[in-house]
Amino acid sequence: MERLTFTYAGGRPATRNAKATLAGVVGSGNLEVLVEPVAQDGAVTIEVTTAAVGFGRIWQAVMDDFFARHGLGDLRISINDVGATPAVVSLRLDQAIETYLGGGQ
Amino acid sequence: MLQQTAPATAPSCAPSSAPAARDWNTQARNREARLARAAPLARGKVVKSADAAALLEAILETGDRVCLEGNNQKQADFLAKVLAGLDPARVNGLHMVQSVLALPEHLDVFESGVASRLDFSFSGPQGARLARLVSGGQIAIGAIHTYLELFSRYFVDLTPRVSLVCAQAADRNGNLYTGPNTEDTPVIVEATAFKRGIVIAQVNELVDTLPRVDIPADWVDFVMASPKPHYIEPLFTRDPAQISDIQVLMAMMAIKGIYAPYEVNRLNHGIGFDTAAIELILPTYAESLGLKGKICRHWALNPHPALIPAIEAGFVQSVHSFGSELGMEAYIRARPDVFFTGPDGSMRSNRAMCQAAGHYACDLFIGSTLQIDLAGNSSTATLGRIAGFGGAPNMGADARGRRHASPTWLKAGREARAGRNLVPRGQKLVVQMVETYREHMQPAFVETLDAFALAESAGMDLPPVMIYGEDVTHILTEEGIANLLLCRTDEEREQAIRGVAGYTPVGLGRDKRAVENLRDRGIILRPEDLGIDKRSATRDLLAARSIKDLVRASGGLYDPPKRFRNW
Repeated sequence: MERLTFTYAGGRPATRNAKATLAGVVGSGNLEVLVEPVAQDGAVTIEVTTAAVGFGRIWQAVMDDFFARHGLGDLRISINDVGATPAVVSLRLDQAIETYLGGGQ
Repeated sequence: MLQQTAPATAPSCAPSSAPAARDWNTQARNREARLARAAPLARGKVVKSADAAALLEAILETGDRVCLEGNNQKQADFLAKVLAGLDPARVNGLHMVQSVLALPEHLDVFESGVASRLDFSFSGPQGARLARLVSGGQIAIGAIHTYLELFSRYFVDLTPRVSLVCAQAADRNGNLYTGPNTEDTPVIVEATAFKRGIVIAQVNELVDTLPRVDIPADWVDFVMASPKPHYIEPLFTRDPAQISDIQVLMAMMAIKGIYAPYEVNRLNHGIGFDTAAIELILPTYAESLGLKGKICRHWALNPHPALIPAIEAGFVQSVHSFGSELGMEAYIRARPDVFFTGPDGSMRSNRAMCQAAGHYACDLFIGSTLQIDLAGNSSTATLGRIAGFGGAPNMGADARGRRHASPTWLKAGREARAGRNLVPRGQKLVVQMVETYREHMQPAFVETLDAFALAESAGMDLPPVMIYGEDVTHILTEEGIANLLLCRTDEEREQAIRGVAGYTPVGLGRDKRAVENLRDRGIILRPEDLGIDKRSATRDLLAARSIKDLVRASGGLYDPPKRFRNW
């Protein structure tokens, strides 16, 4: 197990009344993403718990791109990873954010 | 070469002596001698399976070129066992010329010393053992061919002297019924029989009347009922339950980013889960885009069960196949407008014909791979395995000899030639579809293909590249599509590939500004550029999510092999 934390500042606040959103499942090669609104001066905090140790640099790159893509703030994102590939991580994050912003499908 | 038949003592420079009469019929006479040796073992053309070893010893001569029918699916497994069990003191030095090495016996013949030289196309599960036998000096490889190349050489310089083939049934005259898995049999038998070779067939049963004749008796010398029915591998059955959301996302990109704009109607799919996902979202996603009747109408493809929902939805008009697939017999029989079937109702496949169709008549090939380098070269070779190619290079290559036009072919040709002073011509679409990381975090994008190290360690003339970068038109990953047709320099091409290589070291090594520039020019397309909503990229989009769903979609006609039944 490895715990990683990423913080980004300067994002635009997401919708105030958005509700916490969960995407994905805890299963081999998959992950669970929880997006919650938190007032923290536009910052985004991402906490990752992962079964795969030693991929910090790739997580950093995935999260940098995620933040650049959406530019959101005032969010707490919790990730419970069971060895998902970066492709799955990105897809789940995008799905969670789109659902969070769009209020479901 | 002229044969020297004059006595050695004859004056060699006498100007008046007439040239020695050349014997022009040595092959037929050799054939007669072999048949005479075997005659006591046969009643007409029928030989008992207990006499199989004696028959092969009577027929075979040291150094013969032998085709032991090994296909993707059906296997001449009984004759393979008998051949591998022969005494190398009596038969040795055989040169095996066969498309697929699927069974252990296909390599046992080299370990025992019965055979020593090999020309082939695909070794699949035997790849690691083949590499060991080659490095141990027990096998000399002539070449690793594509299917079409090997079949072509049967008619030029690798004609089998003896062929050991496989059919469903024979009659007493020696006519053969192959059933749906015709596969390589016609091409093997034609090359052998018309060059005075010997054809021996193992069959599951001897019958009085065949459902249809696939190989005429004239071309067959001996038939024997094997003790057990021949083995058939259900090689192309993909359980939809194993398709991931990422594969659904990539399938959506293939349809919206390639099939729709290029109007792809004649195509071949690879055999992986990536392309099965495309087949399974035709009735859902492609239908929702209004593409029915506009894409995916004519196929060169084995009868994949994953195609059933698209056939039932009316997308698919015709399918010609290399071989059949276990469990699809009744479904195929009930859909004769779609498949190629005989008067008996069962399918007639033909690997050589379907390979030619895939090469010349299809506008698109899409398939997966293990490694892609910065020039777009693609390879499934890994160190310690000599796996061969099968048909992918013939499917996944621009057919330079093609002359007929189609909207797909013309559009690809225009894109490749825009702004260049070149004679107009079209180009085939060759798409490599890969997730950037394979299982165990193995990157699919690499600086250098393992094929180069393999070529060096195995002493090959060339690195075993499956699809050359110059033929690849698009690379599709979960990150996007790189359209290599539009790249004008090696640098652009490299950045286009890096730009879809995700978080692999190759992808992380991209020049971000160059990649954004390629995206602005439409050379790189992201899912959002294509208007794809990632929230719908889930397994819910699959028209069948399990083997049981496929059975249901077929109206109960598809009868999956036991190993795929989990209900």
